[in-house]
This record gives sequence, structure tokens and C-alpha cells, in this order.
Amino acid sequence: MRREGSPWQGLGTVTLKELSDHLSSARMRVLEWLIVLTAIAALYGAIAHVRETTAEDPFVFLKLFTTGRAPLPSFVAILGFLIPLMAIGLGFDAVNGEHNRRTLSRILSQPIYRDALLLGKFLAGLATLAISLVCLWLLVVGLGLLLLGVPPSGPEVARSLVFLLIALAYAGVWLAVAMLFSIVFRSAATAALVALGLWLFLAVLWPMLAPALAAGISPPELPYLIRGLPDPDTLAWTQALARISPNQLFAEAVTAILNPDTRSLGLIFFTQMEGAVIGAPLPLLQSLLIAWPQIVGLAAATIVLFVTGYIVFQRQEVRA
Amino acid sequence: MSDNVIEAVELTKTYGHATAVNGISFTVGRGEIFGLLGPNGAGKTTTILMLLGLTEVSGGSVRVLGHDPQREPLAVKRMIGYLPDAVGFYDNMSARENLAYTARLIGFSPAEREKRIADALARVRLSDVADNRVSTYSRGMRQRLGLAEILMKGAEIAILDEPTSGLDPQSTEEFLDMIRALKADNVTVLLSSHLLDRVQRVCDRVALFKSGNIELLGTVPELAAQVLGGGFAVEVEATGKDLTQYLKAVNGVLSVEQTGPEHYRLVADHDVRPEAARAVVVAGGDLRRLSVEEPSLDAIYARFFQGADAGEARDAA
Repeated sequence: MRREGSPWQGLGTVTLKELSDHLSSARMRVLEWLIVLTAIAALYGAIAHVRETTAEDPFVFLKLFTTGRAPLPSFVAILGFLIPLMAIGLGFDAVNGEHNRRTLSRILSQPIYRDALLLGKFLAGLATLAISLVCLWLLVVGLGLLLLGVPPSGPEVARSLVFLLIALAYAGVWLAVAMLFSIVFRSAATAALVALGLWLFLAVLWPMLAPALAAGISPPELPYLIRGLPDPDTLAWTQALARISPNQLFAEAVTAILNPDTRSLGLIFFTQMEGAVIGAPLPLLQSLLIAWPQIVGLAAATIVLFVTGYIVFQRQEVRA
Repeated sequence: MSDNVIEAVELTKTYGHATAVNGISFTVGRGEIFGLLGPNGAGKTTTILMLLGLTEVSGGSVRVLGHDPQREPLAVKRMIGYLPDAVGFYDNMSARENLAYTARLIGFSPAEREKRIADALARVRLSDVADNRVSTYSRGMRQRLGLAEILMKGAEIAILDEPTSGLDPQSTEEFLDMIRALKADNVTVLLSSHLLDRVQRVCDRVALFKSGNIELLGTVPELAAQVLGGGFAVEVEATGKDLTQYLKAVNGVLSVEQTGPEHYRLVADHDVRPEAARAVVVAGGDLRRLSVEEPSLDAIYARFFQGADAGEARDAA
């Protein structure tokens, strides 16, 4: 059965309203301060480290993102951990909040489709995250300029902008997760808890479980065990399993983009390295090719999760 | 186009094996106030959602202003204003902002928006508090704001789901007045409620729902005739000898019963108060009180559902 009218009617209105809600909400302010403060701390450590060691590095600016100094992890690692928190914070009550405020049936009785409401909320969340990430990016570049005194080169700026896009795709995955749960669970608290549980599981537990599961699926063979070497099959399984987690995909993609000398994200044999100039940086396009599967994986996960939420939402009863 | 703005034929909604609405048919004419009455869970809200195209129809058909809500929901929703049961607004926004958001969703131009919002708020007497946050509003004010939304939309049909539940008597009166004002604007009103006596006073016709079926449909006097056995009950309090004989002789009186000393109860086929008064005077008595019992929805409802329940109990036994 075909329905008449455009599914986009009202999309802009919903997006703008949700965006203004997000930007003025207390929740958002708390999350932003959390990220900004931890990021500054990480940057400060990185800058001190960079000053001491890598004055000769042609990509010294990118080191700001990736260098960590104990006890603080690097800026990128902190973002990998905190972006999901922010995305969940924005999305966990997207739909069930409307239900609980009893505004959903009133809004849906206006001449718009449910598509516009859901997509509008998603786009507003993504725009909010993009604004925050761009601000953070500017903060990093500004602090780098001030404290290092070296301007970033063209390739460095390009790479850090690609990093920004990857971070946005990663945020999209978690926003879609949070919104899916906000559709499935009628209580906002349940949706938030489940989303946070999933986040902790994938960020903390899954990296530990993946090797154990891999060893179960493909036990290391005796010759490797005797020599104390890892079995390539087991390693391949470990990596494949670990990549189920968007955190892993984000970490790998960012490694390839921000470390220009990264040549592979998987296993590599000596024969494959023949003729390679070890430590020489790759051009940006080559780095992008290495990270491409991860980037596509993040975008695909976002779309799949959003579509799942969309289908569930379309089938849901609107009555309170 | 016919003058029926809503036409439902054999409308059915099932959830799995459970049937929420079981093949109901009804029509609502333009400018009518139509009441959907019945206990909670009788299928009133489900019917409303099907009219709005917000839930899928399992069987039968429905036309709203000539459109099919399943195929053309936007066209239907543009012409219907809906006030849900316990309506909610965005608490962190003012009444004006809430309405402005809806107006943008509907697609009014900025200038039209301002004017429509101001007019609507004035009509529900919320102009003074229009810029206060909705979180400061009482339940009655929220209901009025919901009505303002319908007014602003310029809807041809207003669907109000339990609009008076949880309101104090004074707010209810005010609200019912506003509903009558809608009728004066030639807006068709669909009203669902379980508060019978209140609703009775505004509805032109009512449909009594029970477990997914419309059990009775018609004007209140029609229903009364159908359920209460028809007739007007006139109470007479008067002195006089052999008054029963005189009253019985009045044209149209079906029976006379003496309910106490100087108290008589007449059942007649029309309102016989003038004739009864004359009869008392002719009999040489003093007339103290003369009243007619309006057929009350409460009585119809109680009688009907008691009867139905008793019938079911007998069937089960």
C-alpha cells in the first residue's frame, strides 16, 4: 500500500527544535565539560611528551592526538571512550521521552510521518555531536599552536579532519544504539542502563573476551605453542571478533589516519614488507585505503541500527 | 460530497488474537457533536487512532472527509485536530513556543503563525500566561492549550479523547462551553468519555461502546426510548381527591402510580406537564411540584450494561 505525501515533511522543523533542545540542555553542558576537561588534561600530557622527544617528527602535530603520558591515556583514546557516553546521553530518551511526556500522539497527529520525527531526532543528535567535536578539534589545534609553537602542515590538517569525520561516524553508531533502545524500552532509565551496559561491555569486556573466544574457536596449534609464538589463525579470529565492537573499528581507523607510517591494521608477514621503507609515511590516500573497511563498517553499523529502530518505531502503537 | 464527514464501515482492529474493535459502523455528520462513550478498554481510543491513521486498520474501511486515513494520512491529519487523553506538552517551553512548534509542523507561514496562535490562545483564555513555561500549568490549562492547538490548526474535525477527565467541575463546565463554541464554528466534534452526565449535555448523538462493539447509537432521547422502555416520567406533588383518576384521563399518559401521600409518578409518551397541571387544577387540588425526568445517560448506561452483564451471567451459568 503506497502512502501519499512526502516523508520529509516537518523534518527540518523537528531537527531544529531538537537541536535547540540539545544545545540548551543541562545534560549536554555536563557532558561537554567532562569531555573538554579530560581532553585538556590528556593534551597537556601529550604536549609535554612531544616537546621532550619528537622535535624532528614531520607529523608532530598529529602526535598531539595520539600520544599519551601515564597516567592519562591519549586524546584519541579518551574520545573513543567518551564519545559513546555523549551519544547515549543525547539519544537514550529520544522516543520514550515523548511517550512519557505524552507528546508523541499529539505530535504525530500533525501532518507529518513518523519518519520525519525519528530522522529529525537522529540528525539533531548527530549535529550536536558534530558541533561538539568541531569545537574540541579547534581547541586541540589552538592549544597545539600556543604550546608547541609549530603550525600544522597541510597533510596534518587534512588527516585530522578525516579523523573528525571518523569520530562522527563512531558517534553515529552509538547515537543509533541509544535511539534504538529508546524506541524498544518504554522507560528512559531502562534504555539508558541497557545502552551504558552495552557500551561498557564493548569497551571494556569485549577486548578481553575476544582472545579467549578466538582460542576456543581456533585453538593455537602445537608448533606455535612450543615456540611460544601466536598462531596466525587464532590471531585472525581474535581480530575478527574484536572488530564486532565499534570501539575497535574506531581505534583502528584512527590509528591508520593519525599515524602516517601505519601500513596495515591486520597481520602482516615479512614477505609482504619486502621493499617497504620502514617508518616512511604513507600519503593520505593510502592511509585512507587502509582505514576504509573500518570507516565503512562504522557507517554501515549506524545505518543498520537506525533502520532497525525505524522499523520497530513504525510498528509501534502510539497510544500512551 | 455527502454531508457525512466520517464514515466507518465494519471497522475492525485486532491485536494478535485479541479484538479491540469488532466491526463497528457509524457516520458522523458535519457540525455534529458525536460522543463515543463506554468503559475504559472498550475500544474508543483505538477507534480514534484508526480515524487518524495512527494505527493500522485490520478490517473494514473508514473515510474521513473523503480520504482514507491509511493511504492519505497527511491529508487527513491536516484537517483533524486531536486532543489525546492526558495531553502532554514540552514542559521547558512556553505555551506560545509549543504552539509555534506545532504550527511549523503543519507548515503555516510565519505571519499566519503569529496571528493564529494569538487568536487561539485568546479564545481559550490563556493569553495572559502564554509566555509562561507549560510546567507551571494546571491540568485544566493544559487541556485548554490542547484545544488552542486544534483552534490554531483550523481543523474541520476535532477529536477529543477524555477531555474532561481529571478536571474539577468548574473547569469541566468551561471546557464544555468551549466545545459548544467549536460547534458554533461548524467544527465537527468527536468526543470520547466515560463521564456520562457531563457529556450528555453537549452531544447531539452518542455511541455506546462495549468490548469493541457499538451497542447503542443515537440521540439521548432515542436511546432512552430504546433502553428505558421509552416515555417521559413526570413527577407530580399535589393535593386533591381522586387525583389518580384525573391524571389518568390526561391525553398521552400511559400509567399513573402513587408513590407516596400526595406524590404521583406519571409515565407518558410526551412531556405532559401542562396537561397534568390543568388536571390538578380541574380536580380542585393544589399543585406543589411538577417535574419531568430528563432521560439521563447515566440511567441508560447503568440499565443497559447491568442488563447486558446479567444476560452474560445467565449465559455463563
